[in-house]
Amino acid sequence: MNKNLQTYLNSHIEAAPLAVFRVFFGILMFVSIVRFWSYGWIEKFYIAPEFHFTFYGFSWVRPLGEWTYGLYLICAVSSIMIALGWKYRIAMISFFLSFTYIELMDKTMYLNHYYFISILSFLLIFLPAGHYFSLDTLSRKRKKNSSQTSSGVIGYVPRWTIDSVKLLLCIVYIYAGLAKLNSDWLFKAMPLKIWLPSKFDIPLIGNLVSEEWVQYAFSWIGAGYDLLIPFLLLWKPTRMFAFFMVVIFHVLTRVLFPIGMFPYIMIVSALIFFETGFHKKVITILSKVIKYPKSLLDVTTVWKPVSIKRYKISLYIIALFFCIQLLLPWRYILYPGELFWTEEGYRFSWRVMLMEKSGYAQFKIKDGVTGKRFYVNNADFLTPLQEKQMSFQPDFILEYAHYLRDHFTAQGHQNIEVYVESFVALNGRLSTTYIDPDVNLAEIQESFKHKYWIKPFTDEIKGL
Amino acid sequence: MRKIFGFLMIFILFVYACSSDDSTPDTSGPLPPANSTFERGPLLENIADNIIIPGYIDFLSKVEALEDATTAFVTTTDDLTAIRAAWLEAYTTWQRVSLFENGPAETVGLRLNVNIFPANVTTIEDNITIGSYDLGLSSNRSAKGFPTIDYLLYGIGVDDTAILAIYNGSEGDAYKQYLQDIVADMQSLTITVLDEWQGGFRDTFVDNDGSSATASVDRLVNDYIFYYERHLRAGKMGIPGGIFSGTVEPNTIEALYAGDLSKQLFLEGLDAVQDFFNGRAYNGNALGVSLSSYLDDLNVLKEGADLSTIIDNQFNTARQAVQGLGSFEQELQNNPPTAFLNAYDEVQRIVPLLKVDMVSALSISIDFSDADGD
Repeated sequence: MNKNLQTYLNSHIEAAPLAVFRVFFGILMFVSIVRFWSYGWIEKFYIAPEFHFTFYGFSWVRPLGEWTYGLYLICAVSSIMIALGWKYRIAMISFFLSFTYIELMDKTMYLNHYYFISILSFLLIFLPAGHYFSLDTLSRKRKKNSSQTSSGVIGYVPRWTIDSVKLLLCIVYIYAGLAKLNSDWLFKAMPLKIWLPSKFDIPLIGNLVSEEWVQYAFSWIGAGYDLLIPFLLLWKPTRMFAFFMVVIFHVLTRVLFPIGMFPYIMIVSALIFFETGFHKKVITILSKVIKYPKSLLDVTTVWKPVSIKRYKISLYIIALFFCIQLLLPWRYILYPGELFWTEEGYRFSWRVMLMEKSGYAQFKIKDGVTGKRFYVNNADFLTPLQEKQMSFQPDFILEYAHYLRDHFTAQGHQNIEVYVESFVALNGRLSTTYIDPDVNLAEIQESFKHKYWIKPFTDEIKGL
Repeated sequence: MRKIFGFLMIFILFVYACSSDDSTPDTSGPLPPANSTFERGPLLENIADNIIIPGYIDFLSKVEALEDATTAFVTTTDDLTAIRAAWLEAYTTWQRVSLFENGPAETVGLRLNVNIFPANVTTIEDNITIGSYDLGLSSNRSAKGFPTIDYLLYGIGVDDTAILAIYNGSEGDAYKQYLQDIVADMQSLTITVLDEWQGGFRDTFVDNDGSSATASVDRLVNDYIFYYERHLRAGKMGIPGGIFSGTVEPNTIEALYAGDLSKQLFLEGLDAVQDFFNGRAYNGNALGVSLSSYLDDLNVLKEGADLSTIIDNQFNTARQAVQGLGSFEQELQNNPPTAFLNAYDEVQRIVPLLKVDMVSALSISIDFSDADGD
């Protein structure tokens, strides 16, 4: 193995940043779940709808009826355990599994930041974040006092463990920035030109948002922010300024758009870039409040993996994980056509707030035997949110068409054919036909292959 | 000093960010800035003062005229002409206000109580026979309102002589009572709605000029599109034409018993929808601030296609297509009713224009789903 890499992997750093990150992550996740629950969204989005849109290959992941609440309960308890650092590894695994299961239940609810939390929690499983300022450490200390065996208290962790969290954040920001380098965003100020004018009622900047120059300024600054902020956070002289920008940027997005907890998660995550001294201070303050023994904070023991073999496997898994993260957003290149239009390779790629896209899809059912034909009232089968998401995403349209085929076949119709008349408008362009209305969707198989039955985009968007 | 100001700004934004959650109605926010082309106050004022309130005033006067005609009819029961004319007059005016199922009308469920068709003849006859009924029950919604009056004035006998014979027969008093009760019910519901509008609701409506999912414009546009899609397009044409069932259902047309009216009632509804889009005053032809002018203002900025003209033209195309038809009864006798379905297609073409293009341009969320985005 490369010598420099070996040296890097063997270098260590104080464990405080990882501990602070763990505590805040746990708290924010708990708040997110309580928020979601308190809005009645578990019932509304997962239990009430009869039909759910599934991810390709994950159609077996379904809501569990009333037990879905139990799933959220596991997730909430896990997040508290993470914050406390109590049975950290188990808590992290159960959080990752329950959270990811929840996100896989219905892709209507897909948000990039849920995906971010899923992969971040996957990464955290492999990091020794529970060995400092945690209940685990406390209990190990007690055991140590009684039996005088292994030393459970550590003060240093491998440097790469903290860097891997930073790397993941850098990937998110830079890919989000790269995705904005397109002609709609930069030269048409789209979709901000549509979204901003309707925000005339927010304080301070409400009377500016309908100004064209403001819309362009927001677009360019937004792209510049995403591309530069990781570097400004990494470089010490600019770090304070960068963090200041992180706060302004995310608070502003919170004011302008309904994006839930995401801004807070990103603000808190950015703290990982600060020096260990800062995190030590945070820990000192927190430990005073909860009377955490100071002797456990000033140790210099270096974390050692229990099993070298398992540790090596973990390193390979993490290396593979980052390779996937770096490559996955580029998969769209393999598909013909405009990405924003076909959305083939759009998800899991940090394409955030890039499009004002809306659609309308009317399904026509034809009984192949009697020739009888009729249209479907989507509201009979889908929630408003599901209908909205379905109307401009081809994989949703296909899955729904198959559901309709099966539904009407069960009703006694034979040789069902399903056609869709659909219109989609993208970034202020007039709506045009989206799916070939002459294609019988009942016969189309879902796959990762290009969906030839999407009508070509009639305009051009240049850029990445 | 500048630093303090900067921090103060962030603080204010932060407080705002924390306090205004996605689902909370924003009625306390500061007034929109003056001279903004996207100010929603004037739009709401025009809709409330020049369209909705005058519409309800007119509708109530027609309902009251119907009540007078009903009183006159039950005393003499020798001529159906006057009461039928008053019914048609009120029914036609209803098409002008049916789309405003927002605020007070939504609270009392005016449309549900006044125009659920087809009427349920069994329930009506049972109610009359038993002689005691609670018209406030939702199970009685298809046994009241205009469709039931349609049945009582045109459907209870094969011809006018037979109908009058029932009113003058042994059960005549029960029929007369039911007729009067239904008209009175319509009147009291309409008064409730109009009183609310003329009382506090007008200001509540106009002041709720924000841009959240619960702001007046967003709700109004959602209700408007819902009306167009579900009641005008599907209710008056789609369902009778068998669009959703594959079988023509001529018994589901509006004004089934009077006959030959459903096309005219549809066209009145279409006019109302188009006039609302263009901000045309209820009394007269003055054009005010409207969805159309709002789209034009946004369009100046976007340099895109002239969406308001496209939508207005499609309204005209749809109207011409429907006007070109015979009565809906005649058209639906054809199997398949090709001309009717072609006209329906033109009516249908407006839906994506409103639901996709207009809503997208106005940045209005098409449902009230308050989920997060990213």
